[in-house]
Amino acid sequence: MLKGHLPLWEVFVRGRRGLDHKHIGSLHASDAGQAMKSARDTYTRRQEGVSIWVVRAEDIHASQFENDASFFDPAEDKVYRHPTFYEVPEELKL
Amino acid sequence: MIFTDEQGQFDAIIEAEEKIEPRDWMPEKYRLNLVRQMSQHAHSEVVGQLPEGNWIGRAPTLRRKAILLSKVQDEAGHGLYLYSAAETLGVSREEMMNDLLIGKAKYASIFNYPTLTWADVGAIGWLVDGAAIVNQISLCRTSYGPYARAMVKICKEESFHMRQGYEIMQVLACGSAAQKAMAQDALNRWWWPTLMMFGPHDSESANSQQSMKWKIKRQSNDELRQKFVDQTVKQADHLGLAIPDQDLKWNEERGHYDFGPIDWEEFARVVKGGGLCNDARLEARRTANDEGQWVKDALMSYAEKHSKSDVDQVA
Repeated sequence: MLKGHLPLWEVFVRGRRGLDHKHIGSLHASDAGQAMKSARDTYTRRQEGVSIWVVRAEDIHASQFENDASFFDPAEDKVYRHPTFYEVPEELKL
Repeated sequence: MIFTDEQGQFDAIIEAEEKIEPRDWMPEKYRLNLVRQMSQHAHSEVVGQLPEGNWIGRAPTLRRKAILLSKVQDEAGHGLYLYSAAETLGVSREEMMNDLLIGKAKYASIFNYPTLTWADVGAIGWLVDGAAIVNQISLCRTSYGPYARAMVKICKEESFHMRQGYEIMQVLACGSAAQKAMAQDALNRWWWPTLMMFGPHDSESANSQQSMKWKIKRQSNDELRQKFVDQTVKQADHLGLAIPDQDLKWNEERGHYDFGPIDWEEFARVVKGGGLCNDARLEARRTANDEGQWVKDALMSYAEKHSKSDVDQVA
């Protein structure tokens, strides 16, 4: 890492109790404590959240766009995983 | 509102119909109650793969086989959602798994009944998953956030399970006399154990009252059981199959179906290990655990070696 560059952190905010934390953006900070304070000041100035997660961006492993087609292939031909695949009388509320 | 005491804040969150989240303060008994219920629920999903898994190799058509395989795969997935939600309460996967394998933790007693015919696969989807959905829809409003969120995801996926089961029953019920008899026989054997899935009567249920107060449970065992009976009667009628209960009849005054007494002695016997398949189910889980260990070991060993060689390359 070049000297003077602060590492990148990804920020996740829980809007209110009961909801998942949702990715909201990122920021640069020297450590977790600084990242947390910056996240508060950057992303929840209008009470957008009740809980924040900060994660070093380099700790997130993401699927690669160029592999997506084959990576998600297995679910493509399995329409029977959906309830609408089955013919049952609607009035029975199954 | 700011509370100086943790208990006051916890009570206020529950009172306001809000969710408790993992790092919130919570009474130790609330936490333990949730660990028990959620791990039991997870174990039920995992053990629930066994009775149906038994028929994957014998499904009558390729279509049915693909569907059943997918359903059993979903059950494994549901187990994983629930174990990981339970882990947010500070209990480890290994502890929960160990409690199952040593027979300390319970799972839904229904899975200790055998699947004798193909119609049983239909009856499980229709009745057992149908009952599970009634219970799980109610649990979408449970007070612990991670549990509620897991339930929402599971309910969405469960719908196909019930419908594929009912479809199997429809095909059999419209088939030959022997096929229809097989469907009726499955309904006869699964009906009462399914009603037992909702647990003891409210007056007898040890954990229920506190769970309702904490809003872990939102509807009582008897309420949920009634809801299931009410919705299932017309589904059985449509199949032309008879629910094996002479006391089953519409009660105009209550606006619900009355039904006959449940054999709680049978329930207690099966819960305590006296069902036909209790030993086989636990044995299957132990075998899977023991025989799968080398795979975990090999994976960890590979990962360790790999990370060392990465370090070597950098150096």
